[in-house]
Parts: sequence; structure tokens; C-alpha cells
Amino acid sequence: MKQFFEFVKKECFHIFRDRRTLIILFGMPVVLIVLFGFAITNEIRHARIAVLDYSQDALSHGLVSKITASTYFDLAENLRSEKEILPAFKKGDIRMVIVIPNGFSRDFIRERKAAIQLLTDASDPNTATTLINYANAIIGQYQQEQTHLQHLPLTIHPEVRMVYNPMLKSVFLFVPGVMTLILMLVCAMMTSITITREKELGTMEILLVSPLRPVLIIAGKVVPYVLLSFFISIIILCLGTWIFGMPVKGSILLLLSACGLFCLTALSLGILISSLTNSQQTAMMISMMGLLLPTILLSGFVYPIESMPVPLQIVSNILPAKWFIIILKDIMLKGSGLPQIALPMGILAGMTCFFLIVSLSKFKIRLS
Amino acid sequence: MTQAAITTTALTKRFGNFIATNAISFDVAQGEIFGFLGANGAGKTTAMRMLCGLLRPSSGEARVAGFDIYTQTEQIKQRIGYMSQKFSLYEDLTVKENIRFYGGIYGLSNSQIREKTADLLQRLSLEQEGNMLVRALPLGWKQKLAFSIAVIHDPSIVFLDEPTGGVDPITRRQFWDLIYESAAKGVTIFVTTHYMDEAEYCNRISIMVDGKIKALDTPAALKKQFGADTMNEVFLQLARAKS
Repeated sequence: MKQFFEFVKKECFHIFRDRRTLIILFGMPVVLIVLFGFAITNEIRHARIAVLDYSQDALSHGLVSKITASTYFDLAENLRSEKEILPAFKKGDIRMVIVIPNGFSRDFIRERKAAIQLLTDASDPNTATTLINYANAIIGQYQQEQTHLQHLPLTIHPEVRMVYNPMLKSVFLFVPGVMTLILMLVCAMMTSITITREKELGTMEILLVSPLRPVLIIAGKVVPYVLLSFFISIIILCLGTWIFGMPVKGSILLLLSACGLFCLTALSLGILISSLTNSQQTAMMISMMGLLLPTILLSGFVYPIESMPVPLQIVSNILPAKWFIIILKDIMLKGSGLPQIALPMGILAGMTCFFLIVSLSKFKIRLS
Repeated sequence: MTQAAITTTALTKRFGNFIATNAISFDVAQGEIFGFLGANGAGKTTAMRMLCGLLRPSSGEARVAGFDIYTQTEQIKQRIGYMSQKFSLYEDLTVKENIRFYGGIYGLSNSQIREKTADLLQRLSLEQEGNMLVRALPLGWKQKLAFSIAVIHDPSIVFLDEPTGGVDPITRRQFWDLIYESAAKGVTIFVTTHYMDEAEYCNRISIMVDGKIKALDTPAALKKQFGADTMNEVFLQLARAKS
């Protein structure tokens, strides 16, 4: 036991004396969370729009001011003819144009039916769709206000409620994603690098000649990173809840044990990588290409899995990250308990065992 | 001096079709300085790795410190020290931390480690540098420190794999003083080297060519046998005979 303790102590010296490692370990989570939380967001606020109002009556003015009063849209300019629409888009800062035809209020009141036209810049399709949805919602509201709750013939009025994330805050998606990314980075990449570093330096040989058991060598290298990554996940959780108001509806204990489980999964992946290669560079490249990129692109963190082609959807199932993100969202946003997340938890545990068994057998072969 | 520290009988290691070590047999007596010579790729390191328990032999027998290398590697590991070609201390740890770490993994108690540290620093006259990072030491000092740490747990056999590569002649001489000091205490030294002047320092040497031991005797007897003035000539004669 004392041997093991000495080993862990040595490993801590390595970590805390290497400034680069420390920056990655503690700087990265904070930077990523802040970056994703504030800067990179798919919510739309203050989109600049232009209005071409042929009608110029009280009703049309009311509609325009209702739209621009929301935080989603800012009125950038009033156009005077259709010829000005395309140049306005081409200038680049106008996202949407509202065209109100002549006789808007007359049609609305007499014929109970009026049309307006919404044009959006669909060179960015996601933004365009979102803008149309926002605008439709506001126009719908306006219509209701104007009809003073009169019963319109044959109208279906959908009442929308966004459950679990009523404000549609994208940070609720990013906090679990960033947490997954960081734990992957710290656990998998750092362990694979630190183990291959001993191989590169030649100290691994000395350790293997010593009476220290190989399992203890690996455990000694990994334990400090387990503690660190657990600590880092707590930092991320705190940042998420305090700065971005991310709720934790489920049990905190369950949340922390899920984090612990995922740390183990990532660590076992790191050990596996280090058993495949002897160089730090290769280990880093494998972790980057094989772990980080799929985690960002395929885990449902940035792009929804449902909209991927079927082969990629299948691939996403073998990513531990996908399951961890599901667990995090379920516990934090929906308040799920153990029964609801048993499946993804079980999958993660199974993956961990698999990785550990494979890497241990690899390690033994190398020793014989 | 009569009990054998290492005995091997027809020890062989194959990697696929390639025979790295071909049925080598030799004995090393306790307290002996045994030089293990050969060109690059002759199979020295493979043989040494098998004796240390890092590689499993393909066939043949060997006992190290009286223990079987197939079944009793744990007992062997307790009794041997090892210093590899690559520099084997942690550069981002201080001198004292390195001593403490290696003492610790060999299971020395805290008081033993303290004692050893003080003794070791004094012998190497590194008292001033105890808290310096190993990175900052000159190469020669690092090598001497690495050797001292390899014998910190008082092993009965030390394996040195080209310990003096890239070190200047004066430091090499000092390094050999350390080896003699240990040998005088009864430690068996098993050393591979490229430097023929170092071969002269050994009690007995073996010369490996293409996985086989081609010569094994004291330096003086070998020189006589091959009618050569220096070990260098002996070595060249053997190495040339192969081609």
C-alpha cells in the first residue's frame, strides 16, 4: 500500500509541475463553458429586419411594432418598393423582410382574411427557420389580440409549451456536452499520454522490473486523474448552475455517481489507447481523432442524432459520450431517477468493463 | 564467490523466424563483474530483458539469484536492480524525490529511505543539489545518481544496460569506481557496453555475435587466446569472422 501511495504522490508531482497540463486541466473547462454559454449559441436575439409596408394603416403599424418590440427582432430599415428587397439582403445584415400588402386592415376586417409575406435569408437555413417560427408566433398573438377573442371559424390554435427547457436556452444543451468533452479530454487523453510518456522515457521498463505489480502501476497512474476529473466535473456543474442557471432536478448523488462512472469509462479508454502505442504523439492523435472529434460531432452535443444519416446514427451508439449526455440531460433537466437511466448507465458500465479487459490482456501480452 | 548468481542453459528467444538469442549458456558468480559485449543487434539486450523478467524466453533454463525465471519472477524482482540504456530518472522530480520514489516502490521504510538518502547524497557529493530538479544536473551526475538509485534496495544483482552511453571518459571512470564499490560489497554486476576500455575493467566478459556467445573468459585470457594486445582487437576479430 505504501508503494502505491508513493506512486500516486510521484504522479501528482508530474501533474502539478507541468504548467501546460495544469492549463489544460483547469483553464479548458472554464473557457469552454463560458465560450459555449455566452458566445456560441443557436438562440437568436436582435435579428435585423426590414419592413415594406404598402398599407400604412393602424393595423399594419401595430403589427410591425409588436414584432420589433420583442427582443428577437430589431427594425433596421423601412423599404419603399420591392426593388429594394434584394439589395437589402445583399448588404448582408438584414435577416428577414416583412411585406405588408395594400389594404391590409381592410382585408382583415371585412374579409376576415389578410396576407402578409415573410422573406428570409436562407443561406443560413437554421436561422431562417427559427426566424420564421418566432415571427409566426408573434403574428399569431397579434391576430388573437385584434380579433378580441372572437370565435374565428375553423381555426386550430396550437398552444405550445416547451417542457424541461421553457426558455429554450441552448446552454442547457451545452453544459452536458462540454462536461462530456472535458472529461473525455482529461481522462482519456491525459491518461494515455501519461502512460506512453513513461514508455517513451524508459522509466516504464524500470517500473516493470521493480516488484510493483503492473496493475498497481496502471492504477497509480490513473488514480490522480480520477480525482482530478471528478473535481473538474464538479467545477463545471457549479459554473453551469450558478452562472447559467442550469437546473439539477434529479438527485445530486445520482448525478455525481454518473459522472464517476463516465470518468472510469474514459479512463479505461485512455488505458486502452496507451496499450496500443508507445509514443505520446500517437496517443494524442488517437485521442484527438478517435475520441474528441466523434464526441463533438456525433454524440448529439452539437448536431441532433435524429437528423444524421442512419449509418452515423448506428455509429453514435458506440460512443460513450452519447449515453453520458443522455444521462446528464435526464437527471438535470427531467429529474429522472435511477430506473429511467438504468439502460444508459448499464451500457457505460459494460463499455468500461470491455475496455479494461481488452487493455489488461494487451498489457499482459506485452509483458510476457 | 562459489555460489552462482546467474546460471543459464541454452536460453533462447525467438521473435517469429528471427532468433535473437540462440541457446546461450553461462554462469555468473556472486560478486563478479560480468561484461556482456556484442555489436548492436547481437542479442545482448534481449538476453538481459529475459533475465530481468521483462521478456519470456522461448526455451532454455535460467536462474537468477537462485530463482527460476519462468515461475519466480516476483522473488527475482525483489533481488535485482536495473538501469536501462535510456536515462531512467524522472527529470521533473528533485534528486531527493527520485530517491524517495524508487526507495518507496521497493518497499523501504521511511527511516531507511532517510538514511539512504543522506548516505547517497554524501557519497556522490550532491548534498547541495538534493532539492534541485534532476533536469538541471549534468549528464554524468545523472548517470551516477541513476546507478546509486538502482542499488538503493541493496539488490544482490544489478543489471546495467549500456550505462555509460554518451558520457565523457572521466565521468565513465568515476562511474566505474561506483561499480567497483558495489562489487566490493558482494553485489554481482551484469553490464553490457560498447566501450572496449570498460571491458578491461570486468572480471570476466562474454562476447555475443548473432545471438550466440562466441567467447567467454577473463580479459587477459581472451587477449592471449586471440593473440591480441587489446580487447578492441579481440572484438574486431570475432565480429569480422561472422562476415
